[in-house]
Amino acid sequence: MSEPPTATASYHPAIREERVALVDLLDRVLAGGVVIVGDVTLSIADVDLVTVSLRALVTSVSALVEGTDDSRENADGRWPG
Amino acid sequence: MTESSCVWIYAVADDAASALTGGLIGVGGGAVRPLSAAGLTALVGSVAESEFGEAALRQNLEDLDWLERTARAHHEVIETVAKERPVVPMRLATVYSSDETAARMLLERAADLRQALTRLAGRSEWGVKAYLAIPDDGADGPQPEVGEPSTGPGAAYLRRRRDQLAAHRDARQDAVASAQAVHVDLDRLSASARLYPPQSAEIAGHCGSMVLNAAYLVADDRAEEFGAAVTGLAARHGTLQLTLTGPWPAYSFVGQDGTEDAQ
Repeated sequence: MSEPPTATASYHPAIREERVALVDLLDRVLAGGVVIVGDVTLSIADVDLVTVSLRALVTSVSALVEGTDDSRENADGRWPG
Repeated sequence: MTESSCVWIYAVADDAASALTGGLIGVGGGAVRPLSAAGLTALVGSVAESEFGEAALRQNLEDLDWLERTARAHHEVIETVAKERPVVPMRLATVYSSDETAARMLLERAADLRQALTRLAGRSEWGVKAYLAIPDDGADGPQPEVGEPSTGPGAAYLRRRRDQLAAHRDARQDAVASAQAVHVDLDRLSASARLYPPQSAEIAGHCGSMVLNAAYLVADDRAEEFGAAVTGLAARHGTLQLTLTGPWPAYSFVGQDGTEDAQ
């Protein structure tokens, strides 16, 4: 990895996305990565973070669509387990 | 510190990575530092328990602004180090109570982590997504009822609408088949591949349906070949719009315990 393959950018300028999109990042940092249970985050290790983030995303999208901020509704009981 | 803190882990690397943390700022605006044990170095940072402790995390993870800020900070640290050394990224929100407990994890997982570092050395992750090149205009929506009047302007409209929907359905089937062909070709150039669920159009902000959301682990010396292959596939499959992202740290290829490829 000492020479990151950034040269590939020149091969497909029309296809390459320059900015890291949040959805792509969340796919990876929430569904990817090693799941090792931290002693502070014991119960979170069992939680499907993708579902949690989708809920956050959907809430934010629907808030945009409806022009209202309903992100605080259902504040209770949103976590499984 | 007056406030109690805990230890956020970004990734695990080899000891050479400990020289790379100088000046790195991570989640919560805190400095990143190396934590070495068992011949491995974890990239860690002290974070406030009031924001990153278990109870706070449960709430904060559902706050999109907080989630984005934290995910980007987590990623930037990992990406910076991954440019220089192989790293095993941790899932977001892996937090330990102290350096001691984090070091104990390194000791317990040393063999697995070392194996993963060896497997990831000289390889990077690339993301490829494929969308329907035309807007997916309600092809999955309600269909016109059969048995409507067969003459008159209403019937002409319904016929036209039915033809339109059939064309969209055909385009979608073509696109799905093309996406499978794209995946087969790219898989061949990769050490490993992982398929993610398609992102929803509403959330991802694209207009056509996503028919492929894949990650590929590619040897760095084949990265140009891989990029050229994506370009070639985009030209060959006109029904698809392809996007390429990367190189990413190998988030998608460290499995549950750092030893296996996620399938």
